[in-house]
Amino acid sequence: MSEQVEHVDFYARWYKPRISRLWWLRRRSYLVFVLRELSSVFVAWFVVFLLLLVRAVSQGDREYQRFLDLSANPWMLALNVITLFFVVFHTVTWFDAAPRAMVVRLRGRRVPARIVLLLHYAAWVLLTGITAWIILD
Amino acid sequence: MADRITLQVTRYLPEESARPTSQDYEIPLRKDWSILDGLNHIKDHVDGTLSYRWSCRMGICGSCGMTVNGEPKLACATFLADYAPGPVRIEPLNNFPVVRDLVVEIGDFLEKLSAVKPWIIREDEEPVEGEYLQTPTELAEYKQFSMCINCMLCYSACPVYGLEPGFIGPAAIALAQRYNLDSRDRGSHERLDVLSTDEGIWDCTFVGECTRACPKHVDPAGAIQRYKPTAVAETLKAFLLPRGKR
Repeated sequence: MSEQVEHVDFYARWYKPRISRLWWLRRRSYLVFVLRELSSVFVAWFVVFLLLLVRAVSQGDREYQRFLDLSANPWMLALNVITLFFVVFHTVTWFDAAPRAMVVRLRGRRVPARIVLLLHYAAWVLLTGITAWIILD
Repeated sequence: MADRITLQVTRYLPEESARPTSQDYEIPLRKDWSILDGLNHIKDHVDGTLSYRWSCRMGICGSCGMTVNGEPKLACATFLADYAPGPVRIEPLNNFPVVRDLVVEIGDFLEKLSAVKPWIIREDEEPVEGEYLQTPTELAEYKQFSMCINCMLCYSACPVYGLEPGFIGPAAIALAQRYNLDSRDRGSHERLDVLSTDEGIWDCTFVGECTRACPKHVDPAGAIQRYKPTAVAETLKAFLLPRGKR
């Protein structure tokens, strides 16, 4: 055949269903995925809040007291409770995903997914412990 | 167990209607019948106008992918008895244009598949005595990805492919990795140009549904995530190292 046959994206007779705007409500796994993506916004807020705290501490007692008053505001408290939920959700779902993205080999053997997951949680507990020790000491 | 089950099959006959409709077929419910056996019963004894793809009947050819009760499945590997007492909803694969009834247009996938060069590439073909040797460890590197049968269930499950039709998609990337990780292959830099683009691996947001849908346990989501650090390292190397050292 001398003629080059090319793929055509669409013929009028083909039926192409439109994807609903609410596609992410169709399955539980899609909803969990969208919530995981959304959690990044709260993770960003968590970082901003932490930076504001560090700034307040560095500027002396009065600024720090003002920051504490701001944090005690019911709206701020509600926002931070929601943020805590999403940050934990973000961490847990990413830890679950990590063993599938990471292939670690030791002496030619693949480290089992369970161990990779466990090490993530161990690192989390360890870092939380160190932070708590620095702050509370 | 009841002895009959209803299949609610999506019909799309473009010469009759611009939109798909649903048609109910009541068929015998036999313990050893797959969905495909049910469809073949309809085709042979009830309604010869029903169109669908199938070939091997044993989960090898990847032709009979369809949506069963909302889940992408191989019709030959999904059993009617598991859906008793029914009814069972059977629709074409999601995210593909429908040509007729359960037959979808797969040209887009075939183009993307060939774009990632899923074959062994050698810069210089050395004449060898016999075959290129490979250790079991080298085989294990890519074997999982070589199980892909191009059934496209992963494309049907992937919301990113539905929303961004330019996305190369799970199976094509997993198959690119099948060759990238093969010790005999020298073509990974050629595939990098296709894979490390916005429409390649970076479109993937790790929903993970492709891996859940895969009937051959290929884990395309894992393949894509594993390729991301490789792509970053290769891009950095290309940027930092002189040409000869890459």
